[in-house]
Amino acid sequence: MNRNLSRYGALAALLALAATAVPAAAQNLTGAGATFPYPIYSKWFDTYRQKTGVTINYQSIGSGAGIQQIKAGTVDFGASDAALSNDRLKELPRPVLHFPTVAGAVVLACNLPGFKGTLHLTPEVLAGIYLGEITIWNDKRVAAVNPGVALPSAPILAVHRADGSGTTNIFTTYLSAVSGKWKELVGANTSVSWPSGVGGKGNDGVAGLVRQTPGAIGYVELAYAKQNRLPIAVLRNRAGRFVEPTLASTTAAVKGAAAALAKDVRAPIVDSPAPDAWPISGLTYLLVYRDQKNRVKGRALAELIRWAMRDGQEMVEALDYARLPEAVVKVNEANLLELTSGGKPLLAGQ
Amino acid sequence: MGTPWPARPPGRARRWAFADGAYRGLLTAFALFVFVIAALIVYESARGSGLSVRTFGWSFLTSTEWDPVAGRFGALPYLYGTLVSSGLAMLLSVPLGLGAAVFLAELAPRRVGDAVAFVVELLASIPSIVYGIWGLFVLAPFLRTALEPWLIRHLGFLPLFEGFPFGIGMLNAGIVLAVMVLPTIVSLSREILLSTPRTLREAALALGSTRSEAIGVVLDAARPGILGAVILGLGRALGETMAVTMVIGNASRISASLLAPGATMASVIANEFTEATGDLYLSALIEIALVLFVLTLLVNAVARLLVHWAAGGRRDVAGTA
Repeated sequence: MNRNLSRYGALAALLALAATAVPAAAQNLTGAGATFPYPIYSKWFDTYRQKTGVTINYQSIGSGAGIQQIKAGTVDFGASDAALSNDRLKELPRPVLHFPTVAGAVVLACNLPGFKGTLHLTPEVLAGIYLGEITIWNDKRVAAVNPGVALPSAPILAVHRADGSGTTNIFTTYLSAVSGKWKELVGANTSVSWPSGVGGKGNDGVAGLVRQTPGAIGYVELAYAKQNRLPIAVLRNRAGRFVEPTLASTTAAVKGAAAALAKDVRAPIVDSPAPDAWPISGLTYLLVYRDQKNRVKGRALAELIRWAMRDGQEMVEALDYARLPEAVVKVNEANLLELTSGGKPLLAGQ
Repeated sequence: MGTPWPARPPGRARRWAFADGAYRGLLTAFALFVFVIAALIVYESARGSGLSVRTFGWSFLTSTEWDPVAGRFGALPYLYGTLVSSGLAMLLSVPLGLGAAVFLAELAPRRVGDAVAFVVELLASIPSIVYGIWGLFVLAPFLRTALEPWLIRHLGFLPLFEGFPFGIGMLNAGIVLAVMVLPTIVSLSREILLSTPRTLREAALALGSTRSEAIGVVLDAARPGILGAVILGLGRALGETMAVTMVIGNASRISASLLAPGATMASVIANEFTEATGDLYLSALIEIALVLFVLTLLVNAVARLLVHWAAGGRRDVAGTA
């Protein structure tokens, strides 16, 4: 029995040696978390495997569960649609770095019976609707920003996500940024205590409710609204312009927040000051321990992120994600150099 | 258990004894397995909800605030939503289901009864998401355009029917649940009615009762079994998740109006568990699971008592065994 054990031990040591001798030849990385970036991540990871042989197993189990997994150390990287607050970072055993990968936008889909044209909204009207203060479409506050068009007298049904989601986090972060009352009464999180309206499960649940309830308005991801051709509203941004949600206006929002992101990559990018920015935008992040326990794996992971920042960005728009502006790519590249294993940097500067 | 075993051939006694013992042990293990699973469920949810129990105490059951941002959690809106939606479902499905069962067992020709029963049992095997989609895309437009405006116009003075006709909410959830538990109630009640002794009907008719009086006698005899069927349906309604989530509106508010949105314990767990941020939030969701488990246990216990009381000591009639 004992002899057997020691034989296995020797075999394991040999295997370990072999693994260090041939770096990245057959590397396996595991990650878990956010569902929102899953389509682009699976495209990235598949392309990357074909190029380099590094296999990445990503499970889209939700941001909250992804954070639990990285906390427990069962995965090599986590993924979250919401950046971790300082308090939550303290719950983790070791320092973690955030790497934003792509940007997404949250848009407002609406169903106004007999209404032709595009609904115009201001931050005040939007907050009023979700606070339950504006309950009918031909309210004078809505009419004031839609001059010259007849609004229906239908009651407003404000639809939100019933399931906890990064989409809700971006939307409520935006409302907290533009409405003091919202910030005080409700706040921002992956799910909140909604003062009014009804909830649908998932983007499809919200879109389903909006599509079939006259008078309904709901927020969904830009990609989902585009692929399903939902009628969407335009919104006045901080610069005072009414903008349409597009991939370009989302990237513009990230660009407008670049200075804040350079200081702390977790800074919210909602209500961006850039003149052509769509204000309800957000980033999705990879969560990586600053000091990697396994040097070979850590290096493979750092190289993967570096690839995603360059070649990877060329693929994102085909899947309806907004790419990162050059300034934010540079911030990520600088942060990659901070990744270490046993105190020694994983990547050399270029 | 009660019947004595036949004597064995003496030569093979030892082998028999061993086989008996092994068989008995195996079956005992199977039976214990159920206990072990139930105990593990209680243990795990009690362990997971520890943080929430320590933080909120009993106020978890009486607070209506469910605020993940501030980290304050109270389960009352969900407790209320579960009880009201299930209660509404039973209010609608019990008379309908019982009526259907009586027709199928007592009045319809046996062939028709069997055919209808087959279809009813088919309904029981439809996945709940299909019921949910039906509730969202068929029932909701009907409620929105026909039933709810009518209710508001004629009964709108009652707080029960206040508000806007949006089609989704507690009423929709109650109706969808009623349709879902109907097959359970109909098919079980029919089986129980069919298994009551024929002599009961014959005796009642021979004593000069009308047909409906005879049915009354049969129903009285079948009462414990029918109660069991209703309880089984109630159990399904209490725990149903997917279909309810799709049509109830998922708002953690308590409203007297049936037209308003609500939420149930099962639906809030399904909705918020994967993205629950922070340990206290997760713990509160697990405590809801524990509360749901205890509620189901209470309902089953009350049901047992009711069946016992309804049987009134008569252990000779169908459905009491």
